[in-house]
Amino acid sequence: MNALITARGITKQFGTTRALDGVDLDINAGEVHVLLGENGAGKSTLVKVLAGIHSHDAGTIEGNASLAVIHQELALVPELTVAENLFLNRLPRRYGFVDRAEMRRRAPKLLDGVGLTVDPNAKVKDLGIAQQQMIEIARALDKNAGVLILDEPTAVLTETETDRLLEIMAQLRENGVGLVFITHHLDEIQRIADRITVLRDGRSVGVLGPRATTQHMIELMVGRPIDEQYPRARQRPGQPLLSIENLTKRGVFENINIEVHAGEVVGIAGLVGAGRTEVARAAFGVDGYDHGTVAVDGKPLPRHDVQAAIKAGLGLVPEDRKGQGLVLTATVGQNLELVTLDNRDQKRLHDIAGKLRIKGRVEQPVKELSGGNQQKVVIGKWLLADPKVLILDEPTRGVDVGAKVEIYELINRMTAQGRAVLLVSSDLPEVIGMSDRVVVMAHGRVAGELPKGATQDQVMALAVQEISA
Amino acid sequence: MTTISIRKYASENGALAGLLLLALVIAIMQPAFLNAQNLLNVGVQAAVIAIMAFGMTFVVVAGGIDLSVGSIAALAAMVGALTAGPLGLVVGAVCGLVNGALVSYGKLPPFIATLAMLSVARGLTLVFSEGQPHETDAVVTFLGSNLAPMVPLPLLLMLAFFGITGLILTRTNLGRRMYAIGGNEEAAKLSGIDVRKQKLWIYALSGLFAAAAGLVLAGRLGSAGPQAAVGYELDAIAAVVIGGASLSGGVGRATGTLVGALVLAVLRNGLNLLQVPPFWQQVVIGAVIALAALLDSLRRR
Repeated sequence: MNALITARGITKQFGTTRALDGVDLDINAGEVHVLLGENGAGKSTLVKVLAGIHSHDAGTIEGNASLAVIHQELALVPELTVAENLFLNRLPRRYGFVDRAEMRRRAPKLLDGVGLTVDPNAKVKDLGIAQQQMIEIARALDKNAGVLILDEPTAVLTETETDRLLEIMAQLRENGVGLVFITHHLDEIQRIADRITVLRDGRSVGVLGPRATTQHMIELMVGRPIDEQYPRARQRPGQPLLSIENLTKRGVFENINIEVHAGEVVGIAGLVGAGRTEVARAAFGVDGYDHGTVAVDGKPLPRHDVQAAIKAGLGLVPEDRKGQGLVLTATVGQNLELVTLDNRDQKRLHDIAGKLRIKGRVEQPVKELSGGNQQKVVIGKWLLADPKVLILDEPTRGVDVGAKVEIYELINRMTAQGRAVLLVSSDLPEVIGMSDRVVVMAHGRVAGELPKGATQDQVMALAVQEISA
Repeated sequence: MTTISIRKYASENGALAGLLLLALVIAIMQPAFLNAQNLLNVGVQAAVIAIMAFGMTFVVVAGGIDLSVGSIAALAAMVGALTAGPLGLVVGAVCGLVNGALVSYGKLPPFIATLAMLSVARGLTLVFSEGQPHETDAVVTFLGSNLAPMVPLPLLLMLAFFGITGLILTRTNLGRRMYAIGGNEEAAKLSGIDVRKQKLWIYALSGLFAAAAGLVLAGRLGSAGPQAAVGYELDAIAAVVIGGASLSGGVGRATGTLVGALVLAVLRNGLNLLQVPPFWQQVVIGAVIALAALLDSLRRR
């Protein structure tokens, strides 16, 4: 086996916490090596050590393959063109000026390599997130990276985009590139992995082969057996708590009717861009709409008024945890009390932190927490406000398996208390497994509604259907 | 104290360590620095910038900036001299409200909105004063005087404003919301905080504090001048930044700002005592500001 990079006994300490504890890792040419572990297990730290962003306190790294990392946060300049981003830092020059002709000549070849057909002169900000990711990969390949590390690239991709990425990864593997792939999607692992290193609490707890079962992976990852991935406990639905009627915002969504009853979880499925998040935001009053009504517990809400929505008993856990859910500069406690500032109660704050099993102190900066624990903080701030209806928009995106199940248990607890939950999710098994009914949206409209027990195929059939205007 | 908590303390109070070091160096080079009267003078000299900088702290913590505080101080002092002190405070708060309205409802970048106010308030000062300095009345003059021998009122006012600022930042909802808005405005909005209304109050507070600073300045001088407090906004921003606040918002404390203002005052006083030529003083002060910001940025890595 041709080892490109051999890391042995890597140890890294941050203050009092040991992020990595004697981790071994081999990256071989022509192999996809998956790093698997819950958030906070040390995957990202390991990547940063390999990339030389962090120094390591003990251990050795050998090998001289050049290495490129595609981080979760993309490193592109939105205002520059595709071509400029591709050659950023080593723009071809002629007479001391940027040689645009040369750039235009070379760009398509690179884009071709990742199967991307975009205008090299388009600004990067006008492209979708998947396309942006491909551009980063193309850029890494142009630098002849022998090792390519992909840190959760599929977290923001749709299913077809993910398929495309996996194809390209397989292609790169053929060409002898060593790939390190971080993902929480176990099905992706089964499709592409040659080897799987499972990390838990900064240690390598096992190296698995390509035929490892999902069950085995999960149990290694969380360190205990898990009975059920989607533990939905159904309640008998009560009176309607959230009624969205004929909600329309021209060009965005049209004639949306959704009713959620007490004790019920209603899922909204659909492709990215179907208008799910937009409906959630409009219902919560973040954005305005043209006509229709939103009522909580029978009382209609004024348009475009978040304060009124909250007062009526509505809450929203937004899809972008860091950008919209949390104040990263503040502590866990300060984030928890964000909604309920007028009615502060230190005891309830500590209670909720304990109940949610947030791993971290109330006084700790929230940015030090793992993604799953951060999400629990966002949910916790709403639970403190005691809402009747909670809208969850992609609540488990980028959250590890263990924390996912805890969030599902929270959903169960909320509905058991007679609250209603509207669950927007792109994770099909999740939205099907956790919802009592699934509303499928396509092109800004409700394409149909499916009862509990629907299959992924049924959901997808509705999601991709063309609706005549 | 364990090593870790000492390190934590030092890293959270880098500006304070810098202030003490600065004072030590100056005291060694010129022992007269430690003379009680001189130290009181430093406090008095710091007072105007400090009060202004406390108001600035609210704005900076909330992710904004207020360039108009020097002009508002001058306008408030002039209105105070021409009419009565309290009216100066009202004018300052109203200027701040206008800033807040331009930023929140007009959606102007704070830099632009307050730059406009910098010019408008200065212009109004010139208009009202007809370009002449005006004597302050007994009430305003009192603000700049000694309460008793060795008890200068500006120093006490600075401490009072320091207490109020700390209280607002840490113990009021408005204060907590400042951190939320500056840390992540979108998250604040989605948490039901009426960001626009809060900004009105935040800028109004800054205007009010600037007006108070202007009155203290006029009181010390016994008159309000049309060109008073020119450029003070930059000193106030420097004090806030030296104190460890982040211009990108969400971070900042009253103690930091107090220390920042004291650093500037100690530096000016020390350079005078050491008979550094005034032209060179500017160079040194600039270098110290850069150094303070640099140390802060190193510490955060």
